[in-house]
Amino acid sequence: MSAITRDEVAHLARLSRLALPEDELDQLAAQLDVIISAVAKVQEVAKGDIPPTSHALPLTNVYRPDEAVPGLTPDQALAGAPAVEDGRFRVPQILGEEE
Amino acid sequence: MAYDEVLRGYEPVLGLETHVELGTRSKMFCSCATAFGAEPNTQVCPVCLALPGSLPVVNGVAVESAIRLGLALNCSVASWCRFARKNYFYPDMPKNYQISQYDEPLCFDGHLDITVDTPDGPREFRIEIERVHMEEDTGKTAHMGGATGRIHGAEYSIVDYNRAGIPLLEIVTRPIENTGDLAPLVARAYVSELRELVRSLGISDVRMEEGSMRCDVNVSLMPRGATEWGTRSETKNVNSLRSVERAVRHEIERQGGVLSAGGRVVQETRHFQENTGGTVSGRSKEEAQDYRYFPDPDLVPVAPAAEWVEELRAALPELPAARRRRIKAEWNLSDEELRDLVNADAIGLVAETVEAGAPPADARKWWLNELSRRATEAGTELSALAITPAQVARVAALVAEGALTNKLARQVVEGVLAGEGDPDAVVEARGLKVVNDDSALGAAVDQAIADNADAAEKVRGGKVAAAGALVGAVMKATRGQADAGRARQLILERLGVQG
Repeated sequence: MSAITRDEVAHLARLSRLALPEDELDQLAAQLDVIISAVAKVQEVAKGDIPPTSHALPLTNVYRPDEAVPGLTPDQALAGAPAVEDGRFRVPQILGEEE
Repeated sequence: MAYDEVLRGYEPVLGLETHVELGTRSKMFCSCATAFGAEPNTQVCPVCLALPGSLPVVNGVAVESAIRLGLALNCSVASWCRFARKNYFYPDMPKNYQISQYDEPLCFDGHLDITVDTPDGPREFRIEIERVHMEEDTGKTAHMGGATGRIHGAEYSIVDYNRAGIPLLEIVTRPIENTGDLAPLVARAYVSELRELVRSLGISDVRMEEGSMRCDVNVSLMPRGATEWGTRSETKNVNSLRSVERAVRHEIERQGGVLSAGGRVVQETRHFQENTGGTVSGRSKEEAQDYRYFPDPDLVPVAPAAEWVEELRAALPELPAARRRRIKAEWNLSDEELRDLVNADAIGLVAETVEAGAPPADARKWWLNELSRRATEAGTELSALAITPAQVARVAALVAEGALTNKLARQVVEGVLAGEGDPDAVVEARGLKVVNDDSALGAAVDQAIADNADAAEKVRGGKVAAAGALVGAVMKATRGQADAGRARQLILERLGVQG
C-alpha cells in the first residue's frame, strides 16, 4: 500500500507555493512513497517500550541569559538577499493566487 | 442583519487568542535586541535570519515570564514540555517555520474572572483558559504596489526581520458560551482584564497600538436551543479594545445575515478594518495538519522544577482583581467610582500616583478629568500620555501647598505633556508661580480698585460679594497667577472691610 498519494503531493505543492506539472506529481508521489516507506522501517524496531525521541541529548532546561548582543549589520544581513529595497528583503507577491 | 434580530435566533460562541510580546531585552532564541521602532534589519543575526548552521537557545527570562502569567491565570504548569515547529511558506519567517508549542503547552487549564457592566448592574463571567504557550514573533511585511499597502493587489512585499524572534506568549481561551447580547462586551472585558494582568506582572508593556498585544477573535453562531456549535470565522490582528468589541459585533451581524439567508458560514481568516469596523475575507484557513507540527530537534525540553514554580507563585505581585477590591475599600469608593476608574483604564495610574504621595481624590481627579480629556483629544490611551504618575503627584502637591492654582496646574500638565520636563522645570521655565507676595499683588489690587470704582464703592458700603469682580480683575491682570484668596484679603483690607 502506498504511503503517500498523488493528491497529497498536490496539496503539499500548493502549501509550498510550488507549481508542479501533472507528470511530476506522479513521479514525486512514487519517489516520496519509497522514501517514506524506507524511513518507516524504524517503526519495526521501535517497540512499545521505547519512548519517542525528539532530541539526541538527554538534556533539559538549557537557557540563555536575557542579554542583548549586537548581531549583524544591515549590510551583512542583506548580503545574501536576492533583492533589497529600502533596507528590507524584497520578496515576490504573497497569496497572489487567492485574489 | 440587525444585531438584536440575530440574537433572537442565535447564540454566539466566542474564542479569543491573544498574543503578548514580552518585554525581554533579547529575543526568544537568540541575543538580538528587541527595541521597538529600530531601523529595519538592524536587530538580526544568523539565528533569526535562519542562516545555515545557526542554532536557537531559549531565553530563560521568557520561560519565567510565561510561567508567571500561567500562574496568574490559575493554570497548571507542565512539568515537561517541548517546542514544536509550525511549518508554513510565507516570508514573514525566514526559516519557513515558526518555533511554537503544539500539543505540549507550558501552561494549561486556567481561568480569568471578568466583570461586565450591564444596565442591570455588573455581571461576572469566568473565562476558561485552555493554554498559555511560548512562541516567537514573525517579521514585518509591507505590501508594495497595488492599492495602499494592502495584501490584495500587491505586486511584491518587503520584509523587516527585527521583530522575527521576539518572544510571544499566546493565550487561548476555551469556547465562551452563554454571553448572549453581551458577547462583544465580554470579549472586550476579557482582553482588558488580561492586559491589566500582564501589566501588573511587568512582563510586557502591552501596548495594543504598537502591536505588543494583539488579538484574534473567533466567532460562531448556533441556533438557539441547538447543542452543536456553528462554523467559526477568525478575525486576525484586532488591535484595540474598542476594535475587539466591534469585530465581535460585526461578525455576529454578518454571520447572522448569511445564516438567515440560508447560506453557510465559511471557515476562514478575516481581516478587521479599523476605518469601517467591518471584516473582509482573507485566506481560507489552513488545517492544523497543514502546518505539519513536529518537536523542534534543535531545542531541548523545558522541564520547570516544581520548587521553582512555587517560588514564582509565591513572588507574584498583587493581581488586578485583588488590587481593585483593596483600593475600593481603602479609598472608600462607590461601585460607580470604581467602575469609572476601571473604564478609563486608570486604576493602575491612579494607584501609582497615590503611592507617589498624592491624596486618592486628587489622583483620581487628575486622571479622570484633565488627563482623560487630553488622551481623548490626542486619540491615545491614558497610559500612553507622556506624563508619569510621579509627575502627576508632584503637580497635585504644588496645588496643595498653594504654589499653583488649578488653572496654572493645568498649564504645567500641558508643559509636561509637551516634553518640557518635570513639573518643577515647567513651572520655572514658564514662570508659572502663584503671585502671593503682597508687594507684587498690591499693585494689581490698587489698579483693580481704581478701574472698578463702582464695585469698590459697593464693597465699602458692606456688599462684600461685590469683591468678586475686583478679584477677577486682579486675576486677569496677573494672567491667572495670583493667589485668589490672598488677593481677596488685600482688597478687603484696602477697602476697610472685614472679610
